[in-house]
Amino acid sequence: MDINKIDQIIDGHNSEASSLIQVLLEIQSENRWLPRQALERISERMDVPLSRIQHIATFYKAFSLVPKGRHEIHICMGTACHVRGAQNILNAVEDHTGIKPGETDLALKFSLETVNCLGCCALGPVIEVDGQIHGKLTPPETAEALKKYE
Amino acid sequence: MSKILMKIDGKEIEAEEGMTVLEAARTVGVNIPSLCHHDKLEPYGACRICTVEAQKNGRSRLVVSCVYPVEKNLEITTRSETIDRARRTILELLLSHAPDSEPLRILAAEYGADKNRFEKEPSFCIHCGLCVRYCAEIKGLHAVGFINRGSKREINFVPELVAAECWSCKECFPLCPTSALQAAYVFTAAQVSEIPVFEGDTD
Ligand code: SF4
Ligand code: FES
Repeated sequence: MDINKIDQIIDGHNSEASSLIQVLLEIQSENRWLPRQALERISERMDVPLSRIQHIATFYKAFSLVPKGRHEIHICMGTACHVRGAQNILNAVEDHTGIKPGETDLALKFSLETVNCLGCCALGPVIEVDGQIHGKLTPPETAEALKKYE
Repeated sequence: MSKILMKIDGKEIEAEEGMTVLEAARTVGVNIPSLCHHDKLEPYGACRICTVEAQKNGRSRLVVSCVYPVEKNLEITTRSETIDRARRTILELLLSHAPDSEPLRILAAEYGADKNRFEKEPSFCIHCGLCVRYCAEIKGLHAVGFINRGSKREINFVPELVAAECWSCKECFPLCPTSALQAAYVFTAAQVSEIPVFEGDTD
Protein backbone atom coordinates (compact mmCIF):
# COMPACT_ATOMS: atom_id res chain seq x y z
CA MET A 1 0.00 0.00 0.00
CA ASP A 2 1.17 3.49 -0.90
CA ILE A 3 2.75 5.22 2.05
CA ASN A 4 1.26 8.58 1.00
CA LYS A 5 -2.22 7.13 1.19
CA ILE A 6 -1.50 5.91 4.72
CA ASP A 7 -0.18 9.34 5.68
CA GLN A 8 -3.26 10.95 4.17
CA ILE A 9 -5.54 8.78 6.32
CA ILE A 10 -3.49 9.52 9.43
CA ASP A 11 -3.56 13.25 8.65
CA GLY A 12 -7.33 13.05 8.29
CA HIS A 13 -7.37 12.27 12.00
CA ASN A 14 -4.70 14.79 12.97
CA SER A 15 -2.45 11.89 14.06
CA GLU A 16 -4.49 11.58 17.22
CA ALA A 17 -3.88 8.38 19.12
CA SER A 18 -7.55 8.23 20.14
CA SER A 19 -8.48 7.74 16.46
CA LEU A 20 -6.34 4.64 16.13
CA ILE A 21 -9.20 2.24 15.46
CA GLN A 22 -10.72 4.62 12.92
CA VAL A 23 -7.42 4.87 11.07
CA LEU A 24 -7.01 1.09 11.07
CA LEU A 25 -10.56 0.67 9.75
CA GLU A 26 -9.94 3.11 6.91
CA ILE A 27 -6.74 1.39 5.87
CA GLN A 28 -8.46 -1.96 6.11
CA SER A 29 -11.30 -0.88 3.81
CA GLU A 30 -8.95 0.87 1.40
CA ASN A 31 -6.45 -1.98 1.18
CA ARG A 32 -8.47 -4.99 2.42
CA TRP A 33 -5.73 -5.86 4.91
CA LEU A 34 -3.20 -4.19 7.23
CA PRO A 35 0.35 -4.61 5.98
CA ARG A 36 3.13 -4.56 8.54
CA GLN A 37 4.60 -1.38 7.04
CA ALA A 38 1.26 0.39 7.55
CA LEU A 39 1.26 -0.55 11.23
CA GLU A 40 4.82 0.69 11.60
CA ARG A 41 3.93 3.96 9.93
CA ILE A 42 0.93 4.44 12.22
CA SER A 43 3.05 3.65 15.25
CA GLU A 44 5.60 6.27 14.24
CA ARG A 45 3.20 9.00 13.17
CA MET A 46 0.56 8.56 15.87
CA ASP A 47 2.98 7.78 18.65
CA VAL A 48 1.36 4.50 19.66
CA PRO A 49 3.60 1.50 20.48
CA LEU A 50 3.58 -1.20 17.82
CA SER A 51 2.70 -3.86 20.39
CA ARG A 52 -0.44 -1.90 21.27
CA ILE A 53 -1.46 -1.61 17.61
CA GLN A 54 -0.96 -5.34 17.15
CA HIS A 55 -3.06 -5.97 20.24
CA ILE A 56 -5.95 -4.03 18.72
CA ALA A 57 -5.47 -5.24 15.16
CA THR A 58 -5.62 -8.86 16.31
CA PHE A 59 -8.46 -8.30 18.76
CA TYR A 60 -11.14 -7.23 16.28
CA LYS A 61 -12.27 -9.55 13.53
CA ALA A 62 -12.79 -6.57 11.23
CA PHE A 63 -9.02 -6.35 10.76
CA SER A 64 -6.81 -8.69 8.83
CA LEU A 65 -3.03 -8.89 9.02
CA VAL A 66 -2.82 -11.12 5.97
CA PRO A 67 -3.92 -10.28 2.42
CA LYS A 68 -7.60 -10.77 1.68
CA GLY A 69 -9.19 -11.70 -1.62
CA ARG A 70 -10.86 -9.18 -3.92
CA HIS A 71 -14.21 -10.56 -2.88
CA GLU A 72 -15.17 -11.35 0.67
CA ILE A 73 -17.70 -14.08 1.18
CA HIS A 74 -19.56 -14.22 4.47
CA ILE A 75 -21.63 -17.29 4.91
CA CYS A 76 -24.23 -17.41 7.63
CA MET A 77 -24.16 -20.44 9.92
CA GLY A 78 -26.71 -19.05 12.37
CA THR A 79 -29.63 -21.13 13.63
CA ALA A 80 -32.15 -20.19 10.93
CA CYS A 81 -29.68 -20.68 8.08
CA HIS A 82 -28.34 -23.82 9.71
CA VAL A 83 -31.73 -25.55 9.72
CA ARG A 84 -32.25 -24.47 6.13
CA GLY A 85 -29.07 -26.15 4.99
CA ALA A 86 -26.24 -23.67 5.51
CA GLN A 87 -23.79 -26.57 5.69
CA ASN A 88 -24.65 -27.61 2.12
CA ILE A 89 -24.16 -24.02 0.99
CA LEU A 90 -20.82 -23.88 2.75
CA ASN A 91 -19.78 -27.11 1.03
CA ALA A 92 -20.79 -25.64 -2.33
CA VAL A 93 -18.78 -22.48 -1.63
CA GLU A 94 -15.77 -24.52 -0.53
CA ASP A 95 -15.98 -26.68 -3.65
CA HIS A 96 -16.24 -23.67 -5.91
CA THR A 97 -13.48 -21.60 -4.31
CA GLY A 98 -11.21 -24.34 -3.03
CA ILE A 99 -10.84 -22.60 0.34
CA LYS A 100 -12.13 -23.18 3.85
CA PRO A 101 -13.47 -20.58 6.31
CA GLY A 102 -10.70 -18.17 7.36
CA GLU A 103 -8.75 -18.76 4.16
CA THR A 104 -7.98 -16.81 0.98
CA ASP A 105 -7.14 -18.42 -2.35
CA LEU A 106 -3.73 -18.00 -3.95
CA ALA A 107 -5.06 -15.82 -6.76
CA LEU A 108 -6.49 -13.49 -4.09
CA LYS A 109 -9.92 -13.80 -5.63
CA PHE A 110 -12.01 -14.91 -2.67
CA SER A 111 -11.78 -14.83 1.11
CA LEU A 112 -14.22 -16.96 3.07
CA GLU A 113 -15.55 -16.34 6.55
CA THR A 114 -18.45 -17.86 8.47
CA VAL A 115 -20.67 -15.59 10.54
CA ASN A 116 -23.39 -16.31 13.05
CA CYS A 117 -26.14 -14.04 11.75
CA LEU A 118 -26.50 -11.56 8.94
CA GLY A 119 -29.78 -10.21 10.28
CA CYS A 120 -32.04 -11.48 7.48
CA CYS A 121 -33.03 -14.93 8.69
CA ALA A 122 -36.16 -15.00 6.50
CA LEU A 123 -33.86 -15.15 3.47
CA GLY A 124 -31.93 -18.14 4.77
CA PRO A 125 -29.75 -19.83 3.82
CA VAL A 126 -27.90 -16.69 2.98
CA ILE A 127 -24.42 -15.61 1.95
CA GLU A 128 -23.04 -12.13 1.57
CA VAL A 129 -20.45 -11.27 -1.06
CA ASP A 130 -18.83 -7.83 -0.85
CA GLY A 131 -21.78 -6.60 1.18
CA GLN A 132 -24.36 -7.90 -1.27
CA ILE A 133 -26.86 -10.44 0.02
CA HIS A 134 -27.74 -13.63 -1.84
CA GLY A 135 -30.68 -15.33 -0.15
CA LYS A 136 -32.78 -18.52 -0.35
CA LEU A 137 -29.92 -20.30 -2.03
CA THR A 138 -29.55 -23.87 -3.19
CA PRO A 139 -26.05 -25.30 -3.66
CA PRO A 140 -26.19 -25.05 -7.51
CA GLU A 141 -27.45 -21.47 -7.27
CA THR A 142 -24.59 -20.66 -4.93
CA ALA A 143 -21.99 -21.87 -7.40
CA GLU A 144 -23.80 -19.95 -10.13
CA ALA A 145 -23.80 -16.73 -8.07
CA LEU A 146 -20.07 -17.00 -7.38
CA LYS A 147 -19.25 -17.39 -11.07
CA LYS A 148 -20.16 -13.74 -11.58
CA TYR A 149 -17.21 -12.54 -9.56
CA GLU A 150 -13.93 -11.90 -11.32
CA MET B 1 -4.27 11.58 52.76
CA SER B 2 -6.92 10.65 55.18
CA LYS B 3 -6.80 7.57 57.36
CA ILE B 4 -9.37 4.86 56.99
CA LEU B 5 -10.36 2.53 59.80
CA MET B 6 -11.24 -0.98 58.83
CA LYS B 7 -10.82 -4.59 59.90
CA ILE B 8 -8.73 -7.36 58.44
CA ASP B 9 -9.23 -10.83 59.90
CA GLY B 10 -10.90 -9.31 62.95
CA LYS B 11 -8.06 -6.91 63.63
CA GLU B 12 -8.65 -3.13 63.58
CA ILE B 13 -6.26 -1.52 61.15
CA GLU B 14 -5.56 1.90 59.77
CA ALA B 15 -5.21 2.20 56.01
CA GLU B 16 -4.66 5.14 53.76
CA GLU B 17 -7.20 6.33 51.28
CA GLY B 18 -6.51 5.10 47.76
CA MET B 19 -4.83 1.91 48.93
CA THR B 20 -6.05 -1.45 47.77
CA VAL B 21 -7.13 -4.09 50.27
CA LEU B 22 -4.07 -6.17 49.34
CA GLU B 23 -1.69 -3.30 50.08
CA ALA B 24 -3.43 -2.52 53.35
CA ALA B 25 -3.20 -6.15 54.42
CA ARG B 26 0.49 -6.35 53.60
CA THR B 27 1.31 -3.21 55.57
CA VAL B 28 0.04 -4.97 58.69
CA GLY B 29 1.74 -8.24 57.84
CA VAL B 30 -1.26 -10.19 56.63
CA ASN B 31 -0.28 -12.14 53.56
CA ILE B 32 -2.74 -12.59 50.71
CA PRO B 33 -1.47 -14.77 47.87
CA SER B 34 -0.98 -13.01 44.55
CA LEU B 35 0.32 -13.86 41.10
CA CYS B 36 -0.26 -10.88 38.84
CA HIS B 37 0.29 -8.18 41.46
CA HIS B 38 3.53 -6.16 41.41
CA ASP B 39 4.28 -3.33 43.81
CA LYS B 40 5.60 -1.05 41.11
CA LEU B 41 2.83 -1.65 38.60
CA GLU B 42 -0.73 -0.37 38.32
CA PRO B 43 -3.40 -2.68 39.80
CA TYR B 44 -4.49 -5.17 37.15
CA GLY B 45 -6.59 -7.96 38.62
CA ALA B 46 -5.93 -10.73 36.12
CA CYS B 47 -5.32 -13.90 38.12
CA ARG B 48 -8.01 -13.58 40.87
CA ILE B 49 -5.94 -15.65 43.28
CA CYS B 50 -6.00 -12.74 45.76
CA THR B 51 -9.76 -13.11 46.19
CA VAL B 52 -10.95 -12.33 49.74
CA GLU B 53 -14.30 -11.86 51.46
CA ALA B 54 -15.50 -8.34 52.11
CA GLN B 55 -18.26 -7.67 54.65
CA LYS B 56 -20.17 -4.44 54.43
CA ASN B 57 -23.62 -3.53 55.76
CA GLY B 58 -24.07 -7.07 57.01
CA ARG B 59 -23.46 -8.59 53.60
CA SER B 60 -20.47 -10.56 52.49
CA ARG B 61 -19.10 -11.11 49.02
CA LEU B 62 -15.95 -12.20 47.24
CA VAL B 63 -13.81 -9.35 45.95
CA VAL B 64 -10.43 -9.16 44.24
CA SER B 65 -8.19 -7.60 46.84
CA CYS B 66 -5.45 -6.25 44.57
CA VAL B 67 -7.89 -3.94 42.81
CA TYR B 68 -10.45 -3.37 45.58
CA PRO B 69 -9.99 0.01 47.28
CA VAL B 70 -10.06 0.25 51.07
CA GLU B 71 -13.18 1.73 52.53
CA LYS B 72 -14.35 2.91 55.93
CA ASN B 73 -15.74 0.13 58.14
CA LEU B 74 -14.99 -2.54 55.60
CA GLU B 75 -14.36 -5.95 57.16
CA ILE B 76 -12.06 -8.28 55.28
CA THR B 77 -11.62 -12.01 55.78
CA THR B 78 -8.53 -13.36 54.03
CA ARG B 79 -9.06 -17.05 54.64
CA SER B 80 -12.26 -19.06 54.86
CA GLU B 81 -13.76 -22.14 53.33
CA THR B 82 -15.43 -20.13 50.57
CA ILE B 83 -12.20 -18.33 49.74
CA ASP B 84 -10.16 -21.52 49.76
CA ARG B 85 -12.63 -23.17 47.41
CA ALA B 86 -12.46 -20.21 45.02
CA ARG B 87 -8.67 -20.14 45.10
CA ARG B 88 -8.47 -23.88 44.60
CA THR B 89 -10.60 -23.73 41.44
CA ILE B 90 -8.62 -20.76 40.10
CA LEU B 91 -5.40 -22.68 40.66
CA GLU B 92 -6.77 -25.77 38.98
CA LEU B 93 -7.72 -23.71 35.94
CA LEU B 94 -4.32 -22.02 35.79
CA LEU B 95 -2.56 -25.36 36.27
CA SER B 96 -4.28 -26.76 33.22
CA HIS B 97 -2.28 -24.19 31.26
CA ALA B 98 1.00 -24.29 33.17
CA PRO B 99 1.19 -27.57 35.12
CA ASP B 100 4.87 -27.20 36.03
CA SER B 101 4.89 -23.59 37.16
CA GLU B 102 6.73 -23.31 40.47
CA PRO B 103 4.61 -20.56 42.07
CA LEU B 104 1.43 -22.39 41.03
CA ARG B 105 2.65 -25.66 42.51
CA ILE B 106 3.49 -24.07 45.83
CA LEU B 107 0.03 -22.52 46.02
CA ALA B 108 -1.57 -25.74 44.82
CA ALA B 109 0.00 -27.63 47.70
CA GLU B 110 -1.33 -25.08 50.17
CA TYR B 111 -4.88 -25.08 48.79
CA GLY B 112 -5.09 -28.74 47.84
CA ALA B 113 -5.55 -27.97 44.16
CA ASP B 114 -5.45 -30.94 41.81
CA LYS B 115 -3.48 -30.12 38.69
CA ASN B 116 -5.20 -32.87 36.77
CA ARG B 117 -8.73 -31.70 37.48
CA PHE B 118 -9.10 -29.98 34.11
CA GLU B 119 -7.90 -31.23 30.79
CA LYS B 120 -4.40 -29.92 30.06
CA GLU B 121 -4.04 -27.19 27.53
CA PRO B 122 -0.37 -26.32 27.90
CA SER B 123 -0.27 -22.79 26.56
CA PHE B 124 1.98 -21.94 29.54
CA CYS B 125 1.13 -18.25 29.68
CA ILE B 126 -1.42 -17.54 32.42
CA HIS B 127 -2.06 -14.01 31.14
CA CYS B 128 -0.87 -12.33 34.31
CA GLY B 129 0.38 -9.48 32.12
CA LEU B 130 3.46 -8.90 34.30
CA CYS B 131 5.85 -8.94 31.35
CA VAL B 132 3.64 -6.73 29.19
CA ARG B 133 2.95 -4.24 31.95
CA TYR B 134 6.51 -4.12 33.25
CA CYS B 135 7.90 -3.43 29.80
CA ALA B 136 5.32 -0.71 29.19
CA GLU B 137 5.02 0.91 32.61
CA ILE B 138 8.53 0.68 34.00
CA LYS B 139 10.75 0.45 30.92
CA GLY B 140 8.52 2.38 28.51
CA LEU B 141 9.69 0.05 25.74
CA HIS B 142 6.52 -1.85 24.78
CA ALA B 143 8.63 -4.67 23.37
CA VAL B 144 6.12 -7.32 24.38
CA GLY B 145 2.35 -7.17 24.11
CA PHE B 146 -0.76 -9.33 23.92
CA ILE B 147 -2.24 -10.44 20.62
CA ASN B 148 -5.54 -12.13 19.77
CA ARG B 149 -8.29 -12.56 22.33
CA GLY B 150 -10.22 -14.98 24.47
CA SER B 151 -8.76 -18.47 24.57
CA LYS B 152 -6.34 -17.57 21.78
CA ARG B 153 -4.75 -14.66 23.59
CA GLU B 154 -0.97 -14.85 23.84
CA ILE B 155 2.06 -12.66 24.28
CA ASN B 156 4.07 -11.46 21.35
CA PHE B 157 7.45 -9.77 21.11
CA VAL B 158 8.08 -7.06 18.52
CA PRO B 159 11.12 -8.50 16.66
CA GLU B 160 12.79 -5.14 15.96
CA LEU B 161 12.63 -4.25 19.65
CA VAL B 162 13.88 -7.66 20.69
CA ALA B 163 16.94 -7.05 18.52
CA ALA B 164 17.48 -3.54 19.80
CA GLU B 165 16.51 -3.65 23.48
CA CYS B 166 15.71 -6.99 25.07
CA TRP B 167 19.12 -8.63 25.03
CA SER B 168 20.54 -6.09 27.45
CA CYS B 169 17.40 -5.84 29.65
CA LYS B 170 15.55 -9.11 30.22
CA GLU B 171 14.16 -7.67 33.44
CA CYS B 172 10.81 -9.29 32.73
CA PHE B 173 12.24 -12.82 32.78
CA PRO B 174 12.20 -13.38 36.54
CA LEU B 175 8.68 -11.92 36.79
CA CYS B 176 7.01 -14.63 34.73
CA PRO B 177 5.33 -17.30 36.88
CA THR B 178 5.67 -19.82 34.05
CA SER B 179 8.16 -20.45 31.29
CA ALA B 180 6.03 -18.87 28.59
CA LEU B 181 7.86 -15.56 28.48
CA GLN B 182 11.33 -16.94 27.94
CA ALA B 183 10.02 -19.39 25.37
CA ALA B 184 8.41 -16.54 23.43
CA TYR B 185 11.59 -14.49 23.68
CA VAL B 186 13.83 -17.29 22.47
CA PHE B 187 11.42 -17.99 19.66
CA THR B 188 11.41 -14.37 18.50
CA ALA B 189 15.17 -14.00 18.97
CA ALA B 190 15.74 -17.09 16.84
CA GLN B 191 13.79 -15.43 14.05
CA VAL B 192 15.86 -12.25 14.23
CA SER B 193 19.13 -13.88 13.29
CA GLU B 194 21.57 -11.20 14.39
CA ILE B 195 20.83 -11.56 18.09
CA PRO B 196 22.29 -14.29 20.21
CA VAL B 197 19.68 -16.55 21.74
CA PHE B 198 21.69 -17.90 24.64
CA GLU B 199 24.48 -16.54 26.77
CA GLY B 200 27.81 -17.19 25.05
CA ASP B 201 26.11 -17.81 21.73
CA THR B 202 28.00 -15.28 19.65
CA ASP B 203 27.53 -15.93 15.98
S1 SF4 C 1 4.36 -14.69 29.59
FE1 SF4 C 1 4.54 -14.99 31.81
S2 SF4 C 1 4.70 -12.90 32.66
FE2 SF4 C 1 3.92 -12.70 30.57
S3 SF4 C 1 1.67 -12.69 30.80
FE3 SF4 C 1 2.26 -14.82 30.40
S4 SF4 C 1 2.51 -15.75 32.41
FE4 SF4 C 1 2.53 -13.51 32.71
S1 FES D 1 -3.04 -10.69 42.42
FE1 FES D 1 -5.02 -9.90 42.44
S2 FES D 1 -5.89 -10.63 40.63
FE2 FES D 1 -3.83 -11.32 40.50
